[in-house]
Amino acid sequence: MVRVALIGAGKMGISHLAILGAHPDVKVVGVADTSKIVTDVLEKYSSFECFSDYKKMLEKTKPEAVFVAAPTKYHGTIVKELLEKGIHVFVEKPFCLNVNEGAELVQLAKLKGVVNQVGYHNKFIGTFEEAKRLMNSFALGDIQHFVGEAYGPVVVRKKQETWRSKPEEGGGCLLDYASHVIDLVNYIVAPINKVHGALLKSIYSGNVEDAVYALVETNNKLSGVLSVNWSDETYRKMSTTVTVIGDKGKLIVDATEMKIYFKEDKCPPPYTKGWNVKHINDFAEEVAFYLRGEEYSAQIDYFIKAIEGKVPNNKNTFETAWQTDSVIEKIKNNKN
Amino acid sequence: MERILFGDNQFFGVNHVSDEKSRAQMMKFKEDKTILRTIDIAREEGVNTFMCTTHDRIGNICDLIRQEPEKYKGFNIYPCMPYAHKYANAVTELGIVGTLKQYVPGNFFGSLFKGGMAFVSKDYMAMMELLIDAEMKMFKGINVPVIFIQNVLTDLIMGLGMKDVLKEYHEYIIKKHNAEPAYITMNMPMLLDMLESVGIKNPIICSSINIDGFRMSGGKELYEHTLKTREVRGIAMQVLSGGATPVKQALQYVCGLPKVESILFGASSRGNIHETVSLIRQFDAEKK
Ligand SMILES: NC(=O)c1ccc[n+]([C@@H]2O[C@H](COP(=O)([O-])OP(=O)(O)OC[C@H]3O[C@@H](n4cnc5c(N)ncnc54)[C@H](O)[C@@H]3O)[C@@H](O)[C@H]2O)c1
Repeated sequence: MVRVALIGAGKMGISHLAILGAHPDVKVVGVADTSKIVTDVLEKYSSFECFSDYKKMLEKTKPEAVFVAAPTKYHGTIVKELLEKGIHVFVEKPFCLNVNEGAELVQLAKLKGVVNQVGYHNKFIGTFEEAKRLMNSFALGDIQHFVGEAYGPVVVRKKQETWRSKPEEGGGCLLDYASHVIDLVNYIVAPINKVHGALLKSIYSGNVEDAVYALVETNNKLSGVLSVNWSDETYRKMSTTVTVIGDKGKLIVDATEMKIYFKEDKCPPPYTKGWNVKHINDFAEEVAFYLRGEEYSAQIDYFIKAIEGKVPNNKNTFETAWQTDSVIEKIKNNKN
Repeated sequence: MERILFGDNQFFGVNHVSDEKSRAQMMKFKEDKTILRTIDIAREEGVNTFMCTTHDRIGNICDLIRQEPEKYKGFNIYPCMPYAHKYANAVTELGIVGTLKQYVPGNFFGSLFKGGMAFVSKDYMAMMELLIDAEMKMFKGINVPVIFIQNVLTDLIMGLGMKDVLKEYHEYIIKKHNAEPAYITMNMPMLLDMLESVGIKNPIICSSINIDGFRMSGGKELYEHTLKTREVRGIAMQVLSGGATPVKQALQYVCGLPKVESILFGASSRGNIHETVSLIRQFDAEKK
């Protein structure tokens, strides 16, 4: 049994908590949240021990691992404290608001030798995994261009302000939505290391951008475009797509489908010349407890297994999440 | 319960295996009348139960149904609540307290807040009951013999170990709405354990059940074993597991399982509705 605690039981945290609660190898030793209504409900109806102050919780419950799902502005401080105590950390995305702070935490995690993971759950979706596998085997030949997109209905009219509408607290489409796209492109195509120009557009929000459009380049000199808009109500929920075109074919992948086109007969089996369409149910791996997509259960399971030494700690590490933070920073610095 | 239940995912662009199809469906079912016409096609095939979310547009469908009481005599709706997107969006915008203030009817919440938060904590169940009543309003005057909790909520409650909430829900649905409480889940065997642990026997549980083992948490064998050995009134959904297996083979599998009282399916064309219904009837007849 791994002794796990949670800091921040909001929308994301409560989902983690339910999955942890049902995990056979996990004992949830404590939940910390500053909101009274949250801890009240949990105390009353669940069997978790709740705290309003996470420091007290750490002292009292001595967890081996902690999930951090507090608002993004707190990630840096909380994670640092956990690392210094030698605790394994799973932190929600985006990793840190400040790249220098993030870099320090990457080093500290290495130094302490603790398992570290960030909640970029797309990497646990079968279609994206398959796309990654095909890209690793150079199935598309020489890459000519890629497009990373995400659209969804988060802010579709003027809204009341929350932390999501404050740039200094990690609000905005760039940190919330575009971060997923960047992280996925870094994973499937190659790490982005240059931003040639970017537009951050406010549509309904007063203080943050609702759309991000950027021209980018990877460390192996591939060109690409990012197009992200969280004010598009024609989408029922967030939909993320990566398209890659190469001299041997083209790939279009989202969380439900992977479509790949090969120009020639010579292509990796079982694929054949022309269009090939695969669905998530061709890849989805069974999970022990399902809440809202296999990927949410799978990423937690992976983290727990890494602590138990059953898998290497090489998926969604602080380091790759920090690379994503760096691209975010470059986009901010290159906005037109 | 009827053997075959007609679902509503296709009407609202909920498609678990293709974002593209889901957009096409949203375009097709833009008008409420198109939805009702498709429900009518299912009725012509002898399927008289519609299982649906408490989406705002279902409210419109209910209005249309109420206008023709003769035509829809004997027609049943099984609501599945809550329409989670509504609350999730509201929480993003208004926070938890703001959302409750917006959706809990009357000034229930206002008066409680005067006394401070501590006082509120005693009445979460009353709040849940008011929210259920609010969602049930749209079905007034329509037969609603069974009421479901959506899987996201069932499974969230289960993961958090909040057994008593399930028990209170169960009792409330029977007492207040004179209906059978039921559950949608992606973790059927685990849920059955939890329901039994609070004394709920032979519950109605709707879950993914298909030949491919898709979204059957804990594994297909465990599901089969559970159905074979335990008391449960099963409803199979995602029986075609999103189209991975030929329809015939997929339906033959679920029709052959014990304790699967009903099969839930959704389709948008007359051809598909007819095919599914006839195949289920055919496999059922062969069994006898
Ligand atoms: N992986 C994803 O797709 C995804 C989706 C949503 C959110 N997130 C990330 O999860 C994090 C939380 O987002 P959310 O949507 O759950 O926000 P939220 O506002 O719903 O929840 C945050 C919770 O943290 C609590 N909190 C605030 N300060 C705290 C503190 N100092 N100590 C303990 N608890 C504290 C709040 O009371 C609240 O309950 C963010 O970093 C966000 O970017 C990731």
